[in-house]
Amino acid sequence: MARITAGVGCSHVPAIGVAIDKGITGDDYWKPVFAGFEKSREWMKEANPDVIFLVYNDHCTAFDSSIIPTFALGAAAEFQPADEGWGPRPVPVVKNHQVLASHIAQSLILDEFDITVMNEMEVDHGLTVPLSVMYGQPEEWPALVIPLAVNVVMYPAPTGNRCYNLGKAIRRAVESFDEDLNVVIFGTGGMSHQLQYKRAGLINPEWDNAFLDRLTSDPVGLSQMPHIEYLREAGSEGVEMVMWHVMRGALDDEVTEVHRHYHVPASNTAVGHIILENKNED
Amino acid sequence: MTDKDYEDIPGTFVFDADRARIGYHLNQFCISLGKAEGREAFTADPEAYLDRYPMSPEQRQAVIDRDWNRMLELCGNIYYTSKLAAYDGINFQDLAGLMTGMGREAYRKMMVDGGRPIDGNRYKSEWGED
Ligand SMILES: [Fe+2]
Repeated sequence: MARITAGVGCSHVPAIGVAIDKGITGDDYWKPVFAGFEKSREWMKEANPDVIFLVYNDHCTAFDSSIIPTFALGAAAEFQPADEGWGPRPVPVVKNHQVLASHIAQSLILDEFDITVMNEMEVDHGLTVPLSVMYGQPEEWPALVIPLAVNVVMYPAPTGNRCYNLGKAIRRAVESFDEDLNVVIFGTGGMSHQLQYKRAGLINPEWDNAFLDRLTSDPVGLSQMPHIEYLREAGSEGVEMVMWHVMRGALDDEVTEVHRHYHVPASNTAVGHIILENKNED
Repeated sequence: MTDKDYEDIPGTFVFDADRARIGYHLNQFCISLGKAEGREAFTADPEAYLDRYPMSPEQRQAVIDRDWNRMLELCGNIYYTSKLAAYDGINFQDLAGLMTGMGREAYRKMMVDGGRPIDGNRYKSEWGED
């Protein structure tokens, strides 16, 4: 049977992708950002997932204002990195586990999550930056990737509670798949940041670190946080962090925090990262 | 109408369904510049290209003036307007320098020093606004 063994929370700041692509990760500015991912890359080698279920948001790349699905699951055979205004990132094409993806799509809908199925989709930095920070610059991504795009651009994003429960449904879907597969789930975005208007540049490290603490100690309580708290305390774009609840919901109630990294700034954003393992994994 | 509990955050627009409706053509214009065809067509004939998007005269003027805050006030959204900025060669951080009125260097320094603090920046009343 397929199993979700661990979860990764990770910011997906576009400038981090630019730093990797330009080869400037050793600069004074970027060094502390990437130092915190060295252990993560070791961990990824060790964990060696067959499939990554990657929860991210599209930044008006695959979806402009004309269609705004709350949850869109990638079911295509592969996903090309998109041109986001500066040409596509020079990263490998993202390959799906198409059979598992269609199984999950079917299972989620019967489990009363009305997701949108994407048989064609390009993926933006929201998906490729977390792969780059966790894997570096391989010729091909070492794992297959099932993308789940969540609307966080137009208010309201799905509630934390909805995201947490979706995580549980994803776990049920994965565990009802016959093939033996090691699946790691990523929740991406955040942490505190505001990109717009006169309050741009807002960063709230106390709030961010409390969020990281509660992912382990109080995930259900954390998932009840109303949107207004993200918007006010973590900035208008900080609401991306609802996506971390999908990751957390897919794990055991009891998890072990095996790694954490927090750094300010990367461009306009606080970088946050956490790795959580299910306690019953050996 | 229900009360919008997010309208008392200073210096912030929450891009809700109302703003998405009003800003639709402005945002669709901006996002079209994310693709090479859009950028080329806009460069070739800016006025004709803008004619394809039936935005309000105020929205159109804000685009022409590259008045980044005005675009947001008129229901543009940052993920969209940033594509127009990218077309002009302005990245997210420099755009923030413009929107905050701080300028590039002061904004960059604020971020390196830990960003804009939350204290004093939660409520419009703290900014002397209502
Ligand atoms: Fe994002």
